[in-house]
Amino acid sequence: MNPLYTPVSVSHFLVVGAIMFVAGVVCMATKRNALGVLMGIELVLNGANVNFVAFGSEYLRPGVLGVGLDGQLVALFVIVLAAAEAAVALAITLNFYNNHSTVDVDQADELKG
Amino acid sequence: MEALNFNWNSVFFYLFAAIACGFSIAVVLTSNIVRMAFYLILALGATAGLFFLAGADFVGAMQLMIYVGGTLVLLIFGVMLTAKGPFISMKTSAGEWLMGAVVGGSLLAVLLAAATSVKAWQTTPDQPAQAQVTATRLGMALMGARVDSLEQTNAEQRRGMSGYLLPFEIVSVHLLVVLIGSAYLARPKKRAGRRVVGE
Repeated sequence: MNPLYTPVSVSHFLVVGAIMFVAGVVCMATKRNALGVLMGIELVLNGANVNFVAFGSEYLRPGVLGVGLDGQLVALFVIVLAAAEAAVALAITLNFYNNHSTVDVDQADELKG
Repeated sequence: MEALNFNWNSVFFYLFAAIACGFSIAVVLTSNIVRMAFYLILALGATAGLFFLAGADFVGAMQLMIYVGGTLVLLIFGVMLTAKGPFISMKTSAGEWLMGAVVGGSLLAVLLAAATSVKAWQTTPDQPAQAQVTATRLGMALMGARVDSLEQTNAEQRRGMSGYLLPFEIVSVHLLVVLIGSAYLARPKKRAGRRVVGE
């Protein structure tokens, strides 16, 4: 059956969310640039948001007792908190860059015993 | 005409999903920080399209305005302030790539198995749902009143639908504290020996 002729389900959205989440995790683990790590965090939060919105959607599962509007509300809170997190992390990164003249997270080892 | 029988919702879902997933993976694979920022913009913009397709019009608009228009501009300022010489392209060693691929691959296998194994998540609606604007209901819920609980017939379900006034206030104060704190953290350093007292 051609997938272009059939409606999508919640599972399709979950697969997209899972791929974005894993891309973010690998990005956080492998990037040496502190800003690259930040971008990985943004991808992880977005993958989670896709799941929240998919489970709260009335289009995908009409008549089913899902999370309803709560999914969209949680997604909104995640977006706002991601903005706050990015502001603080960027300030810390710029401070680190001013003091050490590098953004390599491997160089941030002053606390290492 | 056969072409008119396309389910356009699905067609646009696959388009946006391909852009979102493809550019998310491109963010991981490239080592150039400027290209990473650009790929991230495309991935997050396509995610906003997915939100619109799921019926979350207000969340999709907020994704475009706050995330793509605000947070990513902030990140790009960070890239512009720090991207010079060796920091534009920082290579990751092959061993770390291998570890990341193994961990990411196994995590992806678990998540995909979980996402595709539940029958109830694969049922599709027989007919498209009625289009509903969510901005009013979301705004009322943030003010503490769930107007969508009036149409909920299940009494048990209705009791669990609470307003979000307290989390909204906490997030507002949190955002204020965070912005003041980050402005204080990123302030320019005073040069030593220079008087800062006004005349």
